[in-house]
Amino acid sequence: MSITLTDMAANHVRKYIDRRGKGVGLRLAVKTSGCSGLAYALEFADEATPDDFSFESKGVIVFVDPKSLAFLDGTELDYVREGLNEGFKFNNPNVKDQCGCGESFQI
Amino acid sequence: MALLQIAEPGLAAAPHQHRLAVGIDLGTTNSLVAAVMSAEARVLSDEAGFALLPSVVRYDASGVKAVGSDAHAAQSADPHNTIVSVKRFMGRRLSDIRNAARQPYRFVDTPGMVSLATAAGIKTPIDVSADILRTLRMLAERALGGDLAGAVITVPAYFDDAQRQATKDAARLAGLNVLRLLNEPTAAAIAYGLDNAAQGTFAIYDLGGGTFDISILKLTRGVFEVLATNGDAALGGDDFDHAIVEWLCTLLDLDRLGAHDARLLLTLARAAKEALSGQIESRIATILSNGRAIDVSLARETFAALARELIARTMKPVKKALRDAGLTAADIDGVVMVGGSTRMPAVRDAVHELFGREPLIDLDPDQIVAMGAAMQANVLAGNKAADGEWLLLDVSPLSLGLETMGGLTEKIIPRNSTIPTARAQDFTTFKDGQTAMSLHVVQGERELVADCRSLARFTLRGIPPMVAGAARIRVTFQIDADGLLSVSAREQTSGVEAQVQIKPSYGLSDDQVAGMLQDAYGRADDDMKMRMLREAQVDARRLLDATNSALHEDGDALLQPVERLHIEAALHVLGDILETGGDDSLKALKTAAAALNEATGEFAARRMNVSVQRALAGHKLDDLAA
Repeated sequence: MSITLTDMAANHVRKYIDRRGKGVGLRLAVKTSGCSGLAYALEFADEATPDDFSFESKGVIVFVDPKSLAFLDGTELDYVREGLNEGFKFNNPNVKDQCGCGESFQI
Repeated sequence: MALLQIAEPGLAAAPHQHRLAVGIDLGTTNSLVAAVMSAEARVLSDEAGFALLPSVVRYDASGVKAVGSDAHAAQSADPHNTIVSVKRFMGRRLSDIRNAARQPYRFVDTPGMVSLATAAGIKTPIDVSADILRTLRMLAERALGGDLAGAVITVPAYFDDAQRQATKDAARLAGLNVLRLLNEPTAAAIAYGLDNAAQGTFAIYDLGGGTFDISILKLTRGVFEVLATNGDAALGGDDFDHAIVEWLCTLLDLDRLGAHDARLLLTLARAAKEALSGQIESRIATILSNGRAIDVSLARETFAALARELIARTMKPVKKALRDAGLTAADIDGVVMVGGSTRMPAVRDAVHELFGREPLIDLDPDQIVAMGAAMQANVLAGNKAADGEWLLLDVSPLSLGLETMGGLTEKIIPRNSTIPTARAQDFTTFKDGQTAMSLHVVQGERELVADCRSLARFTLRGIPPMVAGAARIRVTFQIDADGLLSVSAREQTSGVEAQVQIKPSYGLSDDQVAGMLQDAYGRADDDMKMRMLREAQVDARRLLDATNSALHEDGDALLQPVERLHIEAALHVLGDILETGGDDSLKALKTAAAALNEATGEFAARRMNVSVQRALAGHKLDDLAA
């Protein structure tokens, strides 16, 4: 089981946590809502919860709860720039279908 | 694939529910938009990588031709239709604008606010500001990838009601939901305070393109309190450009410049000024429209001499603000520099000298206001957990109050009160059977209404007829977080109510505010004397009214003709002094009122007896005891 970050993503996450001044890592989750079933959540993590799985990639600790991990295993988190917009992108091998905007997906 | 930002723990948004919020620094010279992305406040850049949008709009027959650098570049070529520094005209009337004749615009004196005649028709400053805001909104929506939930827009701390309202109107025209207007120095403090976790008392010295603001802020455990603000709404980087142009005109003996040449020289002057922040000499070279070639070198020292007077003008408000806050320069733990004009070495030196310490320049002085606004917007949009660490307090620059009998001011909200705030005070009727009350809302520090600024008048009707002094009318003054005032009056027994939202048709210039404050300090003595006189006059009138109505009711029954003559004589004396007495009649008035009181003493006692007898007539002692 693994969750990884690209160099770009890891650099940005480290910088953001540094600027924010607190936080032990990054939390990735999947929530059941949205127009096409499931949706990603990307948050700062201030503490691990007991059931969390944690992964380290390029100096960033990523926390994932067990339920979400089933949908996220193998995901690579990337940071990309599209026109003026820039941000994080999930490259998730489990996804079969996603809504037009890409904010939610189905397995 | 939508791109995601990192949210605060537990606050990741559901799909399509992103609460995108931005902070906008709507500046005189440049405007910026910033947003918090992944917990970091970031100024958003356009496709060409520029974050600063020149606050310039160019119009042609079809409407908006260009906003920003393209419009900026057309200033000299098309001065009538290219509007720069429009913020100076927000909420202003033509008569408020200094040296209007020297501006390259065709002003139109429209009611409430000055307008500008352009190729696209008459444009109000609100229209022009809205065009700038619309450009920023579209930039933000492209950069953030969605519609904006709201924006925090910054205004100078000294902006009055009319100017704040105009800014809000412009935002609405631009399709922005205003979460809040935020004072610029407060935004700067947010940017510095949170980024550096600073504590202490800070001065925010903000010399922008067209306005100067000084604020004294106290930061404790993340609570921002503005202790005092002061400033000059008609002083900024533009004035330094003008000073250079005037120097050029004198040096080269240039007569009246056409609009084209005036704009051209101002552009060159600004470039020279900016260059002098990095080098010790700058050249101004061009060819005027009459073919005359200009090639002058401006040394940093020469410019510093030109700038000296302007910089000195910023020091007065600084000292006033310190005095208002009850502090001295030594109490200040840090000075934050805001605004591109603070890059001038002469400005930094002057601030350094006054406060005896190096000013803070860690953050880009052009960007920190927008960044602070973005951080505030992020909180207001609900993207950051309120840990109780984000209480934000601003102050009202002048006292607000009501006119009372005798033309006196009753202050309801004293100046430098923290806002948002609401204060109530009870008033009563002056005459028997009075069924309406006229409320006159005024702003200022003087004791007499005539010396304060009138903001609004409204009337509370339907008060049930009662004897004078029996009605209880609660007047509530409320200033919301944007600094806008609403006043309501409610008669407590009947519940009748009236209220007014203060939207003055014209504003108060900072010179006027400063002038009003100075007046108030300088004339405190006169004011108190005048207040005592007016109060004595009001008392005398009340005494006259009461005596007259008593004579009318019981005079024939209870008084001998001689006694009555005696009272009437005293009445006349007092009436005469009241009618004809000048400003020095306080003593005479008090003596005459005392004489009348004395003359009516016996009469009052008899009336009291009669009314007690009337009340007791027909009752047995037992009934009364029970």
